[in-house]
Amino acid sequence: MIEMIVQVLVLFGLVGAALMVFFFRDLLAATLAAGFFSFLVALEFYILQAPDVAISQAAIGAGLTTAIFIIAIRATTRYEGEESQ
Amino acid sequence: MKMSKIVQTGAHILYPFVLIFGLYIVLHGHLTPGGGFQGGAVIATGVVLVIVANSYEAITGMLQKVVFKAQESLGLLLFIGAAAIAITLGLPFFYNFLANSGSVFGLSVPFGPNHGYLNTAGLIPIMNIAVGIEVWGGLTVIILSMLSGLNRKEA
Repeated sequence: MIEMIVQVLVLFGLVGAALMVFFFRDLLAATLAAGFFSFLVALEFYILQAPDVAISQAAIGAGLTTAIFIIAIRATTRYEGEESQ
Repeated sequence: MKMSKIVQTGAHILYPFVLIFGLYIVLHGHLTPGGGFQGGAVIATGVVLVIVANSYEAITGMLQKVVFKAQESLGLLLFIGAAAIAITLGLPFFYNFLANSGSVFGLSVPFGPNHGYLNTAGLIPIMNIAVGIEVWGGLTVIILSMLSGLNRKEA
């Protein structure tokens, strides 16, 4: 029962994080929301008894891809629609 | 763009703990969830944390790409070398000649439920360590290559 509640909460969190990624104009905030999305996916993997996959997802999805996006933002502009000089 | 003092200090404090946790996942790969790839990815995440928090000039002075390339090659050589030692002993490729031998990682596992003995499983922990070293170097090289695309003046 409690597992079911956590899974429903994770599902709503995933939808919310995805909408945040879509609507944020600040690209750094959108990147962090994508990292939060990955973290929730890792939590769901752990609930579904795949801790191996959860560690991979937390390290690659929430850690490395977020860092790659942050480096890309440093190389371009921070806000959507801004002209790159 | 330079990160704030809070981000820099937090990254530098967190780095050793992430490193230790990643090494724990690598070394306990044959007992608990995780293994070479997962542990290497966690360690690389710690390195990347420091890379993202610092400025471009500080990073290029601190971390050299060629070192991590050498580390990646070293991990692959260790992996294939450990597998090839079995051939020189007249055994099949990848044969686990260390298991139950009494030498390094060679303890035999007692029967029944136990808490997990680190000094067992023969070649498997050595393979995990090799993969961990390789993934650590490879993922850091990816991030450093990404960083080299930055414009030096604005970064």
